[in-house]
Amino acid sequence: MDTFLKQLINGLSLGSIYALIALGYTMVYGIVKLINFAHGDVMMIGAYTGYFVLKAFGATPFGLFMAFIASMVMCAILSLVIERCAYRPLRNAPRLNSLITAIAVELILQNLMRVLPFVGPNPREFPTMPSKVFTLRTAAYPEGLISISNIQLIVIIASAVLMIVLNYVINYTKTGKAMRAVSHDMGASSLMGVSVNRTIAITFVIGSVLAGAGGVLYASAYPQIDPTMGYIPGLKAFVAAVLGGIGSVPGAMIGGVMLGVIETMAKAYLSSQYADAISYSILIIILLVKPAGLLGKKTNVKV
Amino acid sequence: MKNKVLRNMLIPGIVAVAAVIVPAILIEMNVIDGYTAQIITLGGINAIMAISVNVISGITGQLSLGQAGFQALGAYAVILLTVNCHIPLPISIILSGLIAAFFGFLIGFPTLKLEGDYLAIVTLAFGEIIRIFLVNLKDVTGGPNGKQFSTIFTTSLDHGAMISYLAIIGTLVLIIILLQNFLRSTYGRAILAVREDSIAAKSNGIGVFKYKMTGFVIASFIAGIGGALYAPFIGFIKPDLASFNNSINHLIYVVLGGMGSVTGSVVAAFVLTGLQEVLRFLKDYRLLIYPLILIFVMLFRPQGLLGMKELSFVKTWDKLMGLFKKKAAAKIEVKGEDNE
Repeated sequence: MDTFLKQLINGLSLGSIYALIALGYTMVYGIVKLINFAHGDVMMIGAYTGYFVLKAFGATPFGLFMAFIASMVMCAILSLVIERCAYRPLRNAPRLNSLITAIAVELILQNLMRVLPFVGPNPREFPTMPSKVFTLRTAAYPEGLISISNIQLIVIIASAVLMIVLNYVINYTKTGKAMRAVSHDMGASSLMGVSVNRTIAITFVIGSVLAGAGGVLYASAYPQIDPTMGYIPGLKAFVAAVLGGIGSVPGAMIGGVMLGVIETMAKAYLSSQYADAISYSILIIILLVKPAGLLGKKTNVKV
Repeated sequence: MKNKVLRNMLIPGIVAVAAVIVPAILIEMNVIDGYTAQIITLGGINAIMAISVNVISGITGQLSLGQAGFQALGAYAVILLTVNCHIPLPISIILSGLIAAFFGFLIGFPTLKLEGDYLAIVTLAFGEIIRIFLVNLKDVTGGPNGKQFSTIFTTSLDHGAMISYLAIIGTLVLIIILLQNFLRSTYGRAILAVREDSIAAKSNGIGVFKYKMTGFVIASFIAGIGGALYAPFIGFIKPDLASFNNSINHLIYVVLGGMGSVTGSVVAAFVLTGLQEVLRFLKDYRLLIYPLILIFVMLFRPQGLLGMKELSFVKTWDKLMGLFKKKAAAKIEVKGEDNE
């Protein structure tokens, strides 16, 4: 099988997880201009919820389905609490304060998991379904043109479905319209009768639901979880969101997939140790050429 | 008039010298035990880092999330210069600061044209790149296991604590004095103008990019010095020094102390370093209390402890004297009334 195609599939599956998490960053940023550093840790909580559900139901397709539902619900409730207690009181404060609060929330989530007796600081193995590899054979390639594992298939399909649903919600529902209105102009939309608080809360919930799903998928693909596991994918997803243009929903999807593919390709063809450095350098280069990201809107400063 | 200038120099000068000398003597006489001395000295390093972040984020107004990268550069540079090139420690500390400043200059060129959150994310990416290189250049940096560094700071059991204190707090005081003077120079005023309103500054003939760059290079230099003092003081460094979390810790000092207030961030650095030690009796729960305190400060004192104001010893002295004079005047008045 072609190494390039294989790496492309690896990259796509990693990238779609990044995209799922990046969506949460970009939606929250688009609406309240806050870099929600706690987002990666919401994903971690999602992964842990999935872990406990999978332990209870066993690593079967039904168990995985239940794990998805449970972690999404858990993350939704968690983000509602975080938004209400930590971010809402600071909505009109200087932006750096919300940033520090987000970092504090991140620390609280991480350390809470470390202190909780049934979680603890040690890494755990995430229960996964037995791996199965599907291979597509054609006459020209008897040993298989392309092969994909069941977990990669689940990751790619689940993220695609979630992104299509999100796209529908944002573009074709009343809530989505409200979200777009608030992110465009908070004051004007509140004058038009949009409940700003509710819309912002819903944005947080949607972002966290995606992060919860992303957590379960990430843990299935890289089956080890610990309280600081959210840090690296969170950072990467943030980079992906900036790459695509922070605040732009399709940008986050493209940025996430791109970053995943770049990272796997760099690992395969250039150097596995410097892969992360290479993806960060590409981010910097893209920002230098297009300072607002790939799909970000360029704002002209008016005097 | 001349009298006033002399007085304005004398009061902070005395305070500065006292802050350096008195605790050093107390440490040498074992009045302050080694543990406390170490925490105070660590607070000094954190304060230097806080000043570095404050120069770029509070004073120049460009949010940087990669300041720890420059600290790590300084720390590794000082080890390489001292061990491999046999340059005496004090000179190599200054050289390390200059190396960090040079890297700041290189990195600043492309990045300072970006604005706001994009600048923040690029500095973050640079910090991570520095960390990845430190992990992987095993021959030079010792890889993920880090590097040992034994100097007079750690080897001398009798005087090590006193020497570290003198060196680190001395540098801190020196940096504060130089920075306060710098802020009152034309360059400092120009940087403040860029922070307040870059368009207005530009239309008044201030080269915005040049002054952003000046601020960034100074911040990198201070961070490099902070790292170069950290390495001999701790005696052991790891690539994690450049991690994002470390940058965030420094940023927290600045936000808590007040963006743009040098003295505020110094005070916050000392208080928070001490607080982490004081909360140690809570064991693991300490890690929960610390962020809770952060959130509460952000909720109830959003501008930080001092806001944009500076602690001024001269003004404090004036106020104290004013208080005494009032009391004395009141007493005389009371006496006068008695006589009648």
